[in-house]
Amino acid sequence: METNRYHRQILFAPIGEAGQEKLIRSHVLIVGAGALGSSSAEALTRAGVGQLTIIDRDYVEESNLQRQQLFSEADVEQKMPKAVAAKQRLSGVNSHVKIDAIVGDAEIDILRQIVPETDLIIDATDNFETRLLLNDIAQKYQKPWIYGAVVASYGVTFTVLPEKTPCLQCLQEYIPANGATCDSVGIIQPVVQKVVSQQVTEALKLLTGNEAALSGKLISFDLWKNEHTEMEAAALRKPDCPSCSSKRSYPNLAYNSRLKTAVLCGRNTVQLRPNRKRADLDEVAKELQKNKQIKLFQNPYLLSFEVDSFRIVLFQDGRALVHGTMDQLEAKNIYHRYLG
Amino acid sequence: MKITVNGNGLEIQEEVKHIKGLIDFLELEDKPLIIEHNQQILQKEEHERAVLENGDKVEIVHFVGGG
Repeated sequence: METNRYHRQILFAPIGEAGQEKLIRSHVLIVGAGALGSSSAEALTRAGVGQLTIIDRDYVEESNLQRQQLFSEADVEQKMPKAVAAKQRLSGVNSHVKIDAIVGDAEIDILRQIVPETDLIIDATDNFETRLLLNDIAQKYQKPWIYGAVVASYGVTFTVLPEKTPCLQCLQEYIPANGATCDSVGIIQPVVQKVVSQQVTEALKLLTGNEAALSGKLISFDLWKNEHTEMEAAALRKPDCPSCSSKRSYPNLAYNSRLKTAVLCGRNTVQLRPNRKRADLDEVAKELQKNKQIKLFQNPYLLSFEVDSFRIVLFQDGRALVHGTMDQLEAKNIYHRYLG
Repeated sequence: MKITVNGNGLEIQEEVKHIKGLIDFLELEDKPLIIEHNQQILQKEEHERAVLENGDKVEIVHFVGGG
């Protein structure tokens, strides 16, 4: 072990040499590489976890830079997928951490492969569909996961422990149907750091064998309004929960495979996930170049082009983002017109 | 009457009698809320029965989705 790199962390008595050894042997999955994901990935990389898997379906845009700490202007210019840009940056921060970057949806097939190999999951997604899927897969493989979410100056976090705490499905009635999103009310960067401080500290406790130090509480705060709330969550566990009780059937694993289109977090963007597997970007680019009206951009991970008031981004895994609409039907029409 | 909501003192009028009244007063009625009244988590149907008294502590949490 490079004792100098982790010296201050090892000096911290609850971690010590033994805790650091455990960290180095651990594997964390971070779902989402936006604001929360960037920040927790950097913290865990610096702390020296052995392996980090980062899944994200998006690429870097200018409006991310205000709060997504791993990304640079060069990433914006090159339209780098967030997972790839994150990996590049993190590899320079700590080359001893094995980092796997997955550009794609956190969908059931991918999670089934990764989750059994991990020690815990950090939620850095921007939607409850994915969180409910994470919840059920974490219950199935008996892995802890740490919910975190932010909007405006408000943040909320909770550590879900299999067999011990309520799970997200137990709390389903409290999930907002059309909650405020990052784009309709904005967000300030410090609230990201505050949620991530909670999430990463809980992760460090779990990974270093300090379960007794876990908070066990549902924590929320509003930095602007100077509010801080902690609530004992145990009473919210449902004895007949379909995801974590003895009568479990994992409803969120069954529904997920049907989701083919999604409107992205207040982004005026629709994601389409067609049935066909991968896209041959060079082939598609060659086809599109026949139309002189179309402005094309390509990097090894994606192909982006503009037509009318829309911008379409096609990824290697076959997904497409249609920017300039929140109408799923319109997005599908545009997709079929240009991509078959 | 003075109560504490999410750690901050709040002066409320006499007509705010129970938790449901407080939710309306704070204009939070549209959100699904997890509410703890003097360290006891309430079910939604209990909001009207949970009478507020001077010095009560209320914690209100709501879920958000952004990340």
